[in-house]
Amino acid sequence: MKLKMHRYEELWILIGCALLIVFMLITGYQTFAREMGPPSGNQTIDWRKLDETAPFDKPGLRQTGDNEYEAVVILEAFGFTPSNIEIPAGATVKFILTSKDIVHGFEIAGTNVNAMVPPGYVQEITQKFSKPGEYLVLCNEYCGIGHQMMSTVITVI
Amino acid sequence: METTKLQLLKDKANRAMGINRQDALFSKTYMFIAFVALLLGGILGLTQGLEKAGILTLPDWLTYYQVLTAHGFLLVIVLTAFFTIGYFYAGLSHTLGGLLPKVRKMAWIGFALKIIGFPLVVVPVLSNDATVLYTFYPPMAASPWFYIGLVFIVLGVWMCAFGAFVQVASWRKRNKGQHLPILAFFATGVFVLLFFGSLGVTTEVLTIIPWAFGWTDTINVMVSRTLFWSFAHTLVNIWYLTAASAWYVIVPKVIGGRRFSDVLTRFVIIALVITNIPGGFHHQIIDPGITQAIKFMHVFMSLVIAVPSMMTAYAMFSVFERRGRELGGRGLVGWFKKMPWGDVRFLAPFIAMAAFIPGGAGGIVQSTNQLNQVVHNTMWVVGHFHLTVGTTVMLTFFGISYWLIPYISKRVLTPKINKLGVITTIVWTVGMALMSISMHTVGLLGAPRRTSYTTYGDSATAASWDPYIIILAIGGTLLMVGVILQAYAVFHLMFRAPKGETEFPIAEVEENASETPYWTERWGRTIFLMLILIVMAYVVPLVDMIVNAPPGSPPFRTW
Repeated sequence: MKLKMHRYEELWILIGCALLIVFMLITGYQTFAREMGPPSGNQTIDWRKLDETAPFDKPGLRQTGDNEYEAVVILEAFGFTPSNIEIPAGATVKFILTSKDIVHGFEIAGTNVNAMVPPGYVQEITQKFSKPGEYLVLCNEYCGIGHQMMSTVITVI
Repeated sequence: METTKLQLLKDKANRAMGINRQDALFSKTYMFIAFVALLLGGILGLTQGLEKAGILTLPDWLTYYQVLTAHGFLLVIVLTAFFTIGYFYAGLSHTLGGLLPKVRKMAWIGFALKIIGFPLVVVPVLSNDATVLYTFYPPMAASPWFYIGLVFIVLGVWMCAFGAFVQVASWRKRNKGQHLPILAFFATGVFVLLFFGSLGVTTEVLTIIPWAFGWTDTINVMVSRTLFWSFAHTLVNIWYLTAASAWYVIVPKVIGGRRFSDVLTRFVIIALVITNIPGGFHHQIIDPGITQAIKFMHVFMSLVIAVPSMMTAYAMFSVFERRGRELGGRGLVGWFKKMPWGDVRFLAPFIAMAAFIPGGAGGIVQSTNQLNQVVHNTMWVVGHFHLTVGTTVMLTFFGISYWLIPYISKRVLTPKINKLGVITTIVWTVGMALMSISMHTVGLLGAPRRTSYTTYGDSATAASWDPYIIILAIGGTLLMVGVILQAYAVFHLMFRAPKGETEFPIAEVEENASETPYWTERWGRTIFLMLILIVMAYVVPLVDMIVNAPPGSPPFRTW
């Protein structure tokens, strides 16, 4: 194929392809070398039997190490169990999430915590809370008539 | 032989005398419905914006989420589908010698199927039995009739796609060895994507229907989501490809220039068709049940579309510069001033293209894992698609309407309506800029999308979002003015403007253009490559979701 392309155009396409490679390299490095990949919980669970399945039979916060915590949270139309979590500043919290009914979202405004929580899967995401204050937790996937009320607070002291 | 000659004669007559009455009626009907949908969808959009800002309280019988469902459905399904089909059918009629009688029949059957589907979708939405938004993620379940309506609409779209295929195949038979006219080439790409892209969502809906009726007990939530996005993302790119067809083919003629390299244009279309459907996964970057390796591969599948988009940007500015210099523009930017800024047929699509620079850039960054996690399901995403669909695609469609509607109505665009169009374009641009910038910003701060007015229990964080939501509502109000002006212009051009002939503007290639190789016409190969990519993208994650599925979900009604 004979294609008459302007030199600038070739350069432009080259820049496009180079950008693509740079994006992929950075994303790949972050995901696989730095473990900064997106929440991708692969464990399934019987959403009908959460009350009798660990760890969701005892939702709540527990300490797992030196200022390290695990928060087991159940999402259900239209609330979070437990609600109003309190943690000390500088704590690293691993959120272990699942849904009891439909698809919800778990977002902590002002942080990078954002995960989809459909029924049947255990979703995990970790966040370090350095600054004290009140963090708004909300459902960001439309889940019904009370969706706008589905929120809670994490207090960092 | 005789029939071939007759057809050739018809081709000539068609070009010389404008569109025949029957083909015109078809496109006119589609355009009419498209802009009625814009009007209704716009009113609902404003209602929603005012409610979200806490300015308007809705009555008991109408919820925010009902309004949102209808707004999305009218604008992203009805308006875009009807405009795309009406526009490309007029293009097929014009460039391929008039629609064949059987194609016209198929297209009208498609129309009838869609019209049957509408009430089935709309009635449950109005009666609050389908307040599931246009994404209808299971296990939320609407009235089964809602999904049956969707099936009719998809079948209607398919009939139109098949009609286009028949038309194109017949033309190719009659014109062996020739290249399909460029606009028909775009149309083929769009209809190929419409058909193959909607196979996934059709499968989803066909599993939902027996479940919504209660004939089957449970549904696989993640499979449904994945099938939905395989379609919904493709749909976005169908609009983009439709808009791009006007940029490559129509706009150069409007400014009196010639179009960019034919080979590269066709290459861009083929690249978009092949790489499109797997892009849907970037809507599921923070979903469980999909491994990070698969997600990484899909970041590539989403980003790769940036390459043809960048080629398009280059092509457009190259065409503008060449024409500007022909008109005597000098220096680095002198050519830019020579563009017909007062001509709405140029101004609207130009702003559309310009908006695609931040729109496309935003799309690229939000497809990467990190930023996606920050903005997923926030108002940022809403800002993104109001910039891309609401501005880039819509302004291109508006620009098209100022010559297409007169063309199919055998009327002319008067200077007065042109001026009105320029005003509409400016109002729209300002409104969308206010709305989109405030949405992007407030989304970055964490405000969720698809959420009615709320203070989240008087949260200080939520209160800090309020000023942006007010700007959003102001932008929305300006857009409502834009919608009314645009709808007025369309109906005026359709029924009231002075009678006369309007040209269907199709630019020629450069005189010294290199010849287009014939491989570009091998649609079988293009579709084959597309299917290979779809299989590569979807087989592993879908099999994983099915084989390792958690217990399925029964229908839920939470509204």
